Amino acid sequence: MAVTVKTFASASEAAGALSSDRSARYLGGGTLVMRALNEGDVSISTVIRACDQALTRIDASGPRITLGAGVTFARVLAERDLAFLHAPARSIGGPAVRNMGTVGGNLFAQNPYGDFTVALLALDATVAVQGGFGPRDIPIEEFLQARERQTGTLVLSVSCTRPTSTEAFRYRKIARIKPKGGSVITLAAHLPISGGRIAGARIALGSMAPTQIRARAAERALEGRSLDTATIAAAASAATEGTSPSDNALGSAWYRREIVGVHLRRLLSGQE
Amino acid sequence: MSKIPLQFRHNGRDVAIFVDGGTNLLVALRELIGDMTPKFGCGQGGCGTCSVLIDGELHLSCLTLAETVAGRSIETLDGMKQGPNLHPLQRAFADNFAAQCGYCTPGMLMAAKALLDRNPSPSRDEVIEAISGNICRCTGYEPIINAILAVAGGRASA
Repeated sequence: MAVTVKTFASASEAAGALSSDRSARYLGGGTLVMRALNEGDVSISTVIRACDQALTRIDASGPRITLGAGVTFARVLAERDLAFLHAPARSIGGPAVRNMGTVGGNLFAQNPYGDFTVALLALDATVAVQGGFGPRDIPIEEFLQARERQTGTLVLSVSCTRPTSTEAFRYRKIARIKPKGGSVITLAAHLPISGGRIAGARIALGSMAPTQIRARAAERALEGRSLDTATIAAAASAATEGTSPSDNALGSAWYRREIVGVHLRRLLSGQE
Repeated sequence: MSKIPLQFRHNGRDVAIFVDGGTNLLVALRELIGDMTPKFGCGQGGCGTCSVLIDGELHLSCLTLAETVAGRSIETLDGMKQGPNLHPLQRAFADNFAAQCGYCTPGMLMAAKALLDRNPSPSRDEVIEAISGNICRCTGYEPIINAILAVAGGRASA
C-alpha cells in the first residue's frame, strides 16, 4: 500500500506533523520503518522526514557529548573522540546497516536489537525530544519505560557524560553469529571510581526484558565497594533480579537467565 | 495517490522515474529502471543481497526509501563491468569459485567494492568484517573471502 511521504526542512515542523497524526512514523535510517513497510504494516499511512542538519550533528569535544538523533553508527565509529562508544556501534549489523541505522532509531529497536541503547542506558543518557508539548529532556530510563507511547514524539538528540576512564565503561554483546547477529543478551556497565570505591554504578541489560533495563540489584551490590572478586560474585548472582526475558529463535528465557550472571561476572572482571 | 517524480544517477547515467509513496529503492531499481542485479532476499536488512552503493557508501536498497536518493549517485552490480570485460572482483569471484547459486553474489560484490574503494589492501579480518552483513548459504564464505583478498593482493603487487 502506498504511503504519504512528508519531508520537512526543520525538525520542529516534522515533530508537529508527527504528533498530529497517529498513523505517522518518523523515518530515520530506514532500518525499522522501511522494514515495517516491506512487511506490509498497514498501521503506517504517513512517513515523516526532516532534512534538518541539527539532527546529524555530533558534539564530542567536551566532557558531555551530544549525538544528533540522525547520526549513524558509521559516523560514531569514524569519530575518534567517541572511542568509548565504538564497541557498541561496531556490534550493530554489518557495514550497510551501520551506514544507515541511527542513534535515535536505536532507541525504538525492539529485541533482539537496540544494543547501542543498552550502552546509553548504562551511561545515564538524556534524550532530547520534541512532541506536541514542545521540546524537553527525558532521562533515557523514563523514555524507554514509556517507549510504546513515544511514536508520536520526535527524538532530536541523545547526550551523556563521557566516562572518566576506559576502564569505567564496559560493553559486551552475546550473539550467535560473529561478527554480526541479533543479541542473545547485551550488557553494559558504567563504574565510576571515587577513592577506590564504585560511586554511581550502572548496569544495563538488553534482551532481558521487553525494553532495555537497568539491573538495579547488581548495581546495589557494586555501589560503594571496590571491584574485587567477592563484589563481582555478589553482582553476578543478583543479575537476574527484576528481569523478564522472553524466548526467541536466538535463545530461551531460561537460557538468558542462566547466562546473564556469567557474562556480567566476565564483564566486571575484565575477561574476554 | 499521485506518483512522485524522482531523478538520480544510476551507474553513471541520469534516470527519471515516477514512484509511489513508500516505494523502496530495490523495487524502483528492479521494476522501474529494469536493473535486476540487486536481489530481494529478506526485506529486513538481514541478508545484504540488495546492497548498492549510494554516493559510494554501502546501503541496503530494500530499506532505502526511493525518494531519499533524489540527486544522488547509485551504483549497482550492473554498472561494475568495464565495457566488455568483467571487473577484477567479478573475475576473481569466478576464478575462486566464490559463487554457487549466485543469489548473494550481487550484494557480496558491492560490499567488496565498497571495501576496496576505501581500503585497497585490506587484511583478512577487514574483508570478513566488510561482508559481515551479507549472508551466503552455499559457499561457507571462504572462497568469497579468498576472491576479495586475491583482488586486493593483485592490486598491491601491481
